[in-house]
Amino acid sequence: MKTNDHAVRCDGIMKHFGDGEARVDVLRGVQFEARLGEMSFLVGPSGCGKTTLISVIAGLLDPNGGTMQVLGHEPAQMKSADRIVFRRRNLGFVFQQYNLLPSLTAAENAAVPLLADGVSRDVAVKKATAMLDRLGLGHRAKALPRQLSGGQQQRVALARALVHEPRLIICDEPTAALDQQSGEAVMGLLASAAVAPDRAVVVVTHDNRVFHYADTIAHMNDGLIDRIDRN
Amino acid sequence: MNFVALRMLMSDKAKYFGLVFAFAFSTFLLLNQMSIFAGIMKRTGSQVLDVTDADIWVMDPYTEYFEQTKALKDTDLARVRGVEGVDFAVRLFKGNPTAKTLEGKFASTFTLGVDDSTLTGVPRKMLMGSWERLREAKSIVIDKAGYMLLYPGEPLELGRTLELNDHKATIVGISDASAPFVSFPIIHARYSEAVNFQGRERNQLAYVLVRAREGIKPEDLARRIEHSTGLKARTTNEFVWDCIGYYLRNTGIPVNFGITITIALIVGLAVAGQTFYMFTIENLRQFGALKAIGVTNGRLIGMVLLQALTAGAIGYALGSGMAATFFAVMSQQTATRGIIMPWQILAIVGALMAVVTFVVSLISVRRVLVLEPASVFR
Repeated sequence: MKTNDHAVRCDGIMKHFGDGEARVDVLRGVQFEARLGEMSFLVGPSGCGKTTLISVIAGLLDPNGGTMQVLGHEPAQMKSADRIVFRRRNLGFVFQQYNLLPSLTAAENAAVPLLADGVSRDVAVKKATAMLDRLGLGHRAKALPRQLSGGQQQRVALARALVHEPRLIICDEPTAALDQQSGEAVMGLLASAAVAPDRAVVVVTHDNRVFHYADTIAHMNDGLIDRIDRN
Repeated sequence: MNFVALRMLMSDKAKYFGLVFAFAFSTFLLLNQMSIFAGIMKRTGSQVLDVTDADIWVMDPYTEYFEQTKALKDTDLARVRGVEGVDFAVRLFKGNPTAKTLEGKFASTFTLGVDDSTLTGVPRKMLMGSWERLREAKSIVIDKAGYMLLYPGEPLELGRTLELNDHKATIVGISDASAPFVSFPIIHARYSEAVNFQGRERNQLAYVLVRAREGIKPEDLARRIEHSTGLKARTTNEFVWDCIGYYLRNTGIPVNFGITITIALIVGLAVAGQTFYMFTIENLRQFGALKAIGVTNGRLIGMVLLQALTAGAIGYALGSGMAATFFAVMSQQTATRGIIMPWQILAIVGALMAVVTFVVSLISVRRVLVLEPASVFR
């Protein structure tokens, strides 16, 4: 399943917040790669810059220096509107706190990226229900988030990240709020459903119980990648 | 994404109802106070509006409103009749004799004396009896509210007698005259009777009522009368607005109502604004997630506006319903009769609430626009 094509290639990425004496250098020349067909983990202690790095990769933050390619494009060079469309169509997100809309059913939550792209409600919900089915949650498609367990909610979030068939999935601590069994189940689904030859998955995590799912593990410390392990 | 916006709005029932109630309460207060204000102001000219037989009122040049009269000379009537374009011109007396019932109940009245031969100026809306019976000697028509003031708790009945400045008069009709600014009974009699009720003064002619000849604009004729006679001539509409203008300029009514209306607007804006802002703040993480997923700022603005507009529209509809119910009940009461909710005020308040909704949503829109989508990773 592995290919040598890069989904993400960061070269000397720098990012700071604040100016003058209040300036904090969060990324200090990061070298990072995520390949298509692989699941790349980004690990490290709190405050080392993991979340800032995936925010830069996702085009949610602009880097202050360095170059970066995502799926063959340079988001930093794109106009803001183009970058939003690029993100909507090519990226999927799984958040630590799920970030599901509490008033929408599981299927409607999973359909949000399609709705945002102008797909009609009926078609979007139908596709989302099929994705939930694939993730073993079809029978709960009409349930509201508050009626689902943490593991089930994260599966809905996974369905939302996959429903529009993006080529890069970015996961921020996907198992942090889950018990071990639910975390294993979610990571198993992520590995089986998300990883594909033309798709890459980048996972930020603290959870060493799920490291065995990684193809590569980039260890980050103090704004730099200081080691890369390959499984 | 519209249904997403609406589901977000309505999912938290407490906040949603709070928001709708804020808009509804503000709408109700605005409609209520503005309609009562308009109703009271309209009352200042209601006796002018009740006269449908004439187009123009001729009066002393210094008259500013209906109640303020200075008698004209009897020769003025002939001078007005002589103006080109006048179809007819008749006398109108206005006095304030005191009415006293046989039981001893008394009240100051607005007594209007209409032309003896044509009865021009009598009320056309009769609840009992007939205005034609004014031709009978010492007969009067009294309005229902006046009757109820003089005969509290008693059924409407013709043929009762009362005294007007010690002159006996018989009630031959009960009219549905519009409520005056002050709650005096409205009495109509023939001119010759009315001047007797009032008691002899050197001049008694309060107004000359004029009808313009067909094809002649009342406004043009009024200017011609003024030019020819040196008297003041106003069309019905102009005179009503003169009365309203006088009370607006010379009483505290507009200031008092203005304060209440402003407070209603500010309270509505503040409460609705704060509730909607809190709603947006509590949903900021959801908006952030949508932003990260790729929902554009334009779409998010649309969602916030739709949420505010929906809450505003439902609140406006509820508030209008509450106000309509209020006025439907109040219009049955004698003291508040004739005070209604005009469609113009409904439209003005609708526009005001649209502005309130827009301002309310602007604050929230700004918060969503400056929201950093990367915040969802924190």
